[in-house]
Amino acid sequence: MKKLLTALLFAPAIALASGAALHLDKAPDVQGDKAALQSGARTFVNYCLNCHGASFVRYNRLTELGLTEQQVKDNLMFTAEKIGEPMRVAARPAEQKVWFGAAPPDLTLVARARASADGSGADWLYTYLRSFYVDEKRPTGWNNTVFENVGMPNVLWQLQGLQIAHKDHKLELAVPGSLSPAEYDKLVADLVGFMVWMAEPDAGLRKHLGMGVLAFLVVLFGVAYALKKAYWKDVK
Amino acid sequence: MASNTNFEKYKSDGSLQGNLLEWFDARFPATSMWRGHLSEYYAPKNFNFWYFFGSLAMLVLVIQIVTGIFLVMHYKPDASLNDNGIPVAFASVEYIMRDVNWGWLIRYMHSTGASAFFIVVYLHMFRGMLYGSYRQPRELIWIFGTLIFLCLMAEAFMGYLLPWGQMSFWGAQVIVNLFSAIPLIGEPLSVWIRGDFVVGDATLNRFFSFHVIAVPLVLLGLIAAHILALHEVGSNNPDGVEIKKRKDVHGNPLDGIPFHPYYTVKDIVGVVVFLMVFSIIVFFAPEGGGYFLEYNNFLPADPLKTPPHIAPVWYFTPYYSLLRAMVWPLFGIDAKFWGVVLMGAGVVILAFLPWLDRSPVKSIRYRGPIYKTLLTLFVISFVLLGFLGTQPPSYAFFGFIPGAPVAQILTAFYFLFFLTMPWWSRIDKYKPEPDRVTM
Repeated sequence: MKKLLTALLFAPAIALASGAALHLDKAPDVQGDKAALQSGARTFVNYCLNCHGASFVRYNRLTELGLTEQQVKDNLMFTAEKIGEPMRVAARPAEQKVWFGAAPPDLTLVARARASADGSGADWLYTYLRSFYVDEKRPTGWNNTVFENVGMPNVLWQLQGLQIAHKDHKLELAVPGSLSPAEYDKLVADLVGFMVWMAEPDAGLRKHLGMGVLAFLVVLFGVAYALKKAYWKDVK
Repeated sequence: MASNTNFEKYKSDGSLQGNLLEWFDARFPATSMWRGHLSEYYAPKNFNFWYFFGSLAMLVLVIQIVTGIFLVMHYKPDASLNDNGIPVAFASVEYIMRDVNWGWLIRYMHSTGASAFFIVVYLHMFRGMLYGSYRQPRELIWIFGTLIFLCLMAEAFMGYLLPWGQMSFWGAQVIVNLFSAIPLIGEPLSVWIRGDFVVGDATLNRFFSFHVIAVPLVLLGLIAAHILALHEVGSNNPDGVEIKKRKDVHGNPLDGIPFHPYYTVKDIVGVVVFLMVFSIIVFFAPEGGGYFLEYNNFLPADPLKTPPHIAPVWYFTPYYSLLRAMVWPLFGIDAKFWGVVLMGAGVVILAFLPWLDRSPVKSIRYRGPIYKTLLTLFVISFVLLGFLGTQPPSYAFFGFIPGAPVAQILTAFYFLFFLTMPWWSRIDKYKPEPDRVTM
């Protein structure tokens, strides 16, 4: 009886797991790798930050990736004057709306917003940025197997090359780019790693602090339990 | 000893502190409150695991109030767009997360606290059902409790709008729209609630006001009433027997122990264990797998982009399932209206539990197989209703058992459990209650 009840209680979890899902590739975790995050930051400011803002991230926060303020100013700040400014694009959202039909969304939080039952936000981004293919029917000439009828063209095409889609949605690299497929995957992994960092820059501190808090609570539990035992020894 | 007993006033021993306390106590019931509610409030000595959740609910309330005070210092209830095309309210939450010292910690404590509040309160309510804590003479405690639960739902619902993300906006839009299903007055009523034809700046500001002032005030008043009523009649216990029937020569219950220090030191242990679980979520999984902070809510509210699937936060989903289960129009009125009625009835019916239950014993320990089976099924159906509420109506278990009819059957069971209780609680087999509590 108990087993049956347990099985029933966990039925939702099993049922959920069996649902049809979007297949996403697992994004490599590069959060501990400062060089990878710096490379991701470089790709981000060179390729993404022209249209998409990251308006909650101040440039001086990039020093947390192991860069000096001068390095950030010299290599990563193209449109801002002061190191405390947020990562914005020159075009204003209202202008972008007129030019593109829709303003490209701010990317600060995209790595958190894209998480779903199918995978983490990082997995989604990692798969998405490697799933563009040439599609003559689209106004931009691009489509994507993860994001159908996507509005954005593949801005990384010179690096990746041109992919074409077969009928079964399998992608094939038709024209190679300046990077090999392995090099391109690494570039995207670093970029996604940077976007994960940017979505919550304090995540590392949060986990670090959590270990300390839990260690303190374990000690406090010992004290509290001893206190309770001492007071309750006569209660029968 | 009840809280209204007249305790002797404090007499000074001649020291300065003693004189001060005597002066104070002559003008304020300090001693009598301390003794009546803590040091001489006799609680049954056999409280078990389930009795931690009342004090834990108080702890979460304090966490919510304190973190809330600091959030209000930086949060801006403003739906207009900033320079970067992002709503000011949404941006102010990210400002707290990034630029305010320890803001991320305060915000995660508050967002996790909301879910923790419901977990703790659901377990606290379930304790009442296990041991018949709602039975005579504790009916009023239970009714105050139901009202607290209602207030908590209002508080959580309005608080959820404030981050002004996609789920905040569309969740509020869907729920406020439900009121428009009421015949005749529905449409103007929903406009009156929103202060606009759609959820907008007016809605955000009034929800902010309700969330930080109005509802917490009512909540605090109800909690005071809940505890005063409890201390008037005394706590129930896992055996469901009245400890006041057996007293010692001083008139104190034989099976009672003073709340302070016995239960204060015991509750500290519960608090530490709770804080461990709470910290694991706050520090290692603040999104709670998308259940505590929904992923879609990391996108700013956009009135022009309806998300494909709008789901309320997990703690509302059992009741959301009751609402969705009603798909048939009745008496020429839209099914949506009856869904709202069903959802409201699902909460209100709890208040009638003291009169629906006709068993001669209170605790599940001495109840028969009917109650044990039905209560187990009730818990399972409540969990399943909650799960189905997070899913789109098209959901199917294992891909082939359609979720919608299952939710309807479970909804029927939810209400039948209560409505037929006067009958089955009478015919169940019972064991005799013991004279004294068992440890």
